[in-house]
Formats: sequence, structure tokens, C-alpha cells
Amino acid sequence: MDSFFASLISVAFHGLAYGMILYVISVGLSITMGLMGFTNLAHGVFAMAGGYVLVTSLSKFNIPFPLALFLSFSLIALVSVVLEKLLYQRLYGAIELEQVLLTIGIIYIGVACARLTFGTLQQPVVLPEYLRGQFSLLGRDFPAYRVFIICFSSLIIGGLWFGVERTIWGAMVRASVDHGAMAQSIGINTKRLFTITFALGSGMAGLGGALGADIVAIQPTYPLEQLVFFLIVVSVGGLGSLKGPFVAALLIGVTDTACKYWIPELGSFFIYIATIALLLWRPAGLFGKRS
Amino acid sequence: MSQHIGYSANARLRWTEVLPWVFSALVYYYLPEYLSLGARVLIYILFALSLDLIVGYSGIITLGHAAFFGVGAYTCGILSVRFHLTDPVLSLFISALVSAVLGLVTGAIILRTKRLTQLMLTLAIAALCLEVANKATNITGGADGLSGVSIAPIAGLFNFDMFGKTAFLWCLLVLFVGWYLVRRVIFSPFGASLTGIRENNLRMQAIGAGVYGKLMYVYTFSAALAGIAGALLTQTNQFVGLNVLGFEPSGELLVMLILGGVGRMYGAFVGPIVFLIAQDFLAKQFPEYWTLGIGVLLLFVVLFARGGILGMVDRILGLFKGSAK
Repeated sequence: MDSFFASLISVAFHGLAYGMILYVISVGLSITMGLMGFTNLAHGVFAMAGGYVLVTSLSKFNIPFPLALFLSFSLIALVSVVLEKLLYQRLYGAIELEQVLLTIGIIYIGVACARLTFGTLQQPVVLPEYLRGQFSLLGRDFPAYRVFIICFSSLIIGGLWFGVERTIWGAMVRASVDHGAMAQSIGINTKRLFTITFALGSGMAGLGGALGADIVAIQPTYPLEQLVFFLIVVSVGGLGSLKGPFVAALLIGVTDTACKYWIPELGSFFIYIATIALLLWRPAGLFGKRS
Repeated sequence: MSQHIGYSANARLRWTEVLPWVFSALVYYYLPEYLSLGARVLIYILFALSLDLIVGYSGIITLGHAAFFGVGAYTCGILSVRFHLTDPVLSLFISALVSAVLGLVTGAIILRTKRLTQLMLTLAIAALCLEVANKATNITGGADGLSGVSIAPIAGLFNFDMFGKTAFLWCLLVLFVGWYLVRRVIFSPFGASLTGIRENNLRMQAIGAGVYGKLMYVYTFSAALAGIAGALLTQTNQFVGLNVLGFEPSGELLVMLILGGVGRMYGAFVGPIVFLIAQDFLAKQFPEYWTLGIGVLLLFVVLFARGGILGMVDRILGLFKGSAK
């Protein structure tokens, strides 16, 4: 019984860490899809790029871990601004099919670039000394890095929620999500708002990819393989919402970990069934605003 | 010329519509070393045609059409390896039937939803099929795939030879039948109501057209066609692997269709030809990095050639016509 209890805690803990990563990566997708109505399938490319930035700056340039995390956020945010200006902006308001074509094109280019630069092998993460080892709490040992992931992500998420719910920028974002044309007509510069929000969301994806490099392996096929999970988080959570994807990400993180631990022969089978069932029950997602 | 083809257009056969068949005959006689690539292109054209019916003509958004392709391919492979049913015609029929049933069941689910939810559901269903094929190792062979698929001669007469001659002609014949059926559907009143649904779903409901039922019909038909394309792939390759299922082949197919031009019927011909030949060429030159070339091609089409290659052709021809006046 005690061993079952121990595995229960372990599954909940690892699932929580995984769910946090999923949320940090996907929340940007939720906001940009809700805000701009843009079907961005290439979101995983940003997460993968963030992972590569972290891994390279740790192993090649010996940059301290916190700085490397910051780099993976800011570099990806910067690159995404360029991409937004060059490519995405031209397709706002275009039909979904063309957005799909553009973003699949970006995935292909991202995959090829990753392969060219880093090869096909999975990139190992060299964690600093203070994040390795175990962390004891109430007589149980937890991997220190996962504890760090959970705490750090909570901070980031707290900051994001404060930003969206309590600042003037957040109010403008919410206004534009609710009614883009109206927001524009009362003088909100939606174009600039889109760019900033897009950069922030992509930067968060980069940060999430970097944080999760130890859990979700960084390799060239990352954007294709993880895409389903990011999209599930967004659609089950509900577009343009902050709370919804959070609940969805935690649900998926814990369920997926539990399935892989207790019934590995089913793989991700249960997740897909649950997604289909949930979307049938609530087509707009758990916290989606339109029914 | 190749304007949007549909009920309102003249249903008579245009001379441009004969071109694909003439072209195929030329390939058969003059480029025998490319017959296996040619068969692959023909299969993907059939697959893309089935997608054009639902994406281009009915406005259903899907990222999971490979579910039907893959299920058809696996059905054909399993019939041959596990049940020793090797007759090509019969196994095409059974594969079509199985895919159609899957289309009926999943269509009943996804056609109740719209936009992102619909996209997500199709993606989840395709991922589910992939996971089943991956985990049910004793039936599907799992990650190793299903090899040793043997196919009996067609009608007991034409053996699948090592040069791929029979396979090419067989694919061409099946594609021709598929093309004929799709063309009939598109030019029928039923096809017109599909276009109506795509253009304005609500208004179609308001005038009393049974939207859900019509979409169910076309979705099931499209699934059956995709299943036939999948089974053809198994018959020509004599192998089935996991790469026929999931998001990647679905996305690739959608890319081919949009590349050629959506909702024009012949976009489904042009797209796979350009995509697969580019892929074949790039994969030979740069085996590791060929996706880079394809990606750049896609960006180019999105930014400079909206409406796909056929859309661009229309615009260029329009320019000529304009200057002639």
C-alpha cells in the first residue's frame, strides 16, 4: 500500500512538472490564436529553438544556467518578431488553409535547420551542480530539477496572469480578444499589440522548451511530434483563455504520466480518447468563451 | 480554362482535362525508370482528390485525412499477411469499406463541430489510429511495419512485375475510376449543395438543405477513396509502415493540395506532381535537408502565389487575355 502511495505521489509530481512545461509552451499559442485567429502550427519550432539555445549556451559557451534561460526567452522572442513582420503579418485574416500551409512550411524549414546545425541526435542537457540531485520534503526525495521547474513555472505563470489581468497592456489584450474591431476603433494599436503579444508568446514557448529540455527531448522532429499535445492543450482549454489551458495542461501532464507509468502498453491512447470526448462535450473547450 | 470547377460550370469535358492521361501515357512509354515514382504520384493524386472533395468543395477542415489512407493501407496489408487474401480488386473493395466505416463513425463526430475544434478532432483521430497501429504489434507489426505483403495477379492475368509496369497501369486505372466518380459528384446537384455549404452553412440550413447528412455522405465517400489510395500504396510497395498514419502524412497531403490549388479538382493533380518530384529530387541531392527546399517552396507559394499553382496559372492567363483585348 505504501509503495502504491509512493508511486501515486511520484506520478502526481512528475505529471505536475510536465504539465507546467506544457502550459508555459502552449499559453502563447492560446493567446495568439485567440487574439489573432491565426492557426499557428509552427509554435513547436519556437519551443525547440529555445531548447537548442539553452543546450548550446550551456555546453558550448559555458553560460550560467539562469542567463541561458533568459537568452532562450529573449532570442526566440526577437526572432519571432522578425518572422511576424516578414511572414505572419501578411496572413492575418487570410483563410485557415493558407495559414496552415505557411506554418507547415516554417516547420519544415525549422526541422531542416535543426538537422543541419545539430544533427539528428537528441541533445543532452548539462544541468548545473545545484540543480542536480534530490530535494527532500516530508521524508520523501524529489529530483531537484523538477522542483525547480514547478517553482519557476509558477512564478512565470503568476507574472503572466498579473500582466494580463491587472495591467493596461493586459486590458488591451483582453479587449482585442473579445472584439478586435471594436478595440481598434477606440484607438488601440492592435497591430503593435499583436507583434508584442506574439513575441511574448513565442518567447514563452522558447522558455518552456528550454525548461523542459530534460523532460521533452530536444531533437529535430520536436515540432512535429509535440504539436498534437500543444494543440490539445489549447483546444481543450479554450482559445484565448489563460485559465483553460492551465487546467488542460495539468490534466494532460498528470494523465499522460500516469498512463505511461501504469499502463505503458496503451501509450498516449487514453489522452486522445479523452480529448475527443472532452471536445464533444464542450466543443469550445473547458473555458472557451463561445459555445 | 481551369477556373473553379463545379455545378455552375459547363460539365463538358475540356481539352485540358485530357492532359493528365496523355501525360501518364507518355511517362509510361518514355520514362520507364520513373514508373515507381509515377505510381506514387498517381496514388497521391487519388488521395488528394479525396481531400479536395471535403476541404475544397465542402469546407471541412482536416489535419487527419491520413487516418483513412493509413487504415486502408493497413487493411490491405493485414488481409494479405494475416488472412492470405491477396486478390487486388477484392482487397481494394474491403479496404474502401473499412475506411468508409471509419469515415462514417468519425464523420458523425467531427461534422458536429467547426474550425479549431474540428481541426483538433481530426488530428486526435489520426493520432489515435497511429497509436493503435504502433501498439497493436501482433496485428500491425508495430514500428517494424508489415512486410511480406503478397498480391495476386490482377484478374488472374497481370502480375505485379519488378519494373512496376503493372503497378503503374493499375494505379492509373483506379485513379481514372476515382477521377470519374469525383467529377460526377462535383458536377451533380449534390456537389452544388456542398459548395453552398462551404460558402454559407447557415443559409443552406435556412433554405432547408440537410447540411449534416450531405456532409456525412461526402465525408464517408472521401474516406473510402482515401482508403483505396492507401490500399494501392500497400499493393505497389508490398509493405506498410507507420509513416502512412498520423499528422505528418496528413499535413503533407494538405500541403500538396494547397500547393496545387484548393477546390479546383485539378489542383489535386498538379500539387502531388510538383511536391513529390521536388521531394524526390531534393532527397537524392540532400538526403538530410530536403525539407528545407520544400519549406521554402511552401513559403513562396503562400506569399507570392495565393490559390496555389493553378491560381497563379489563372492569373498569368488572365494577364494575356487582358492584353489581347
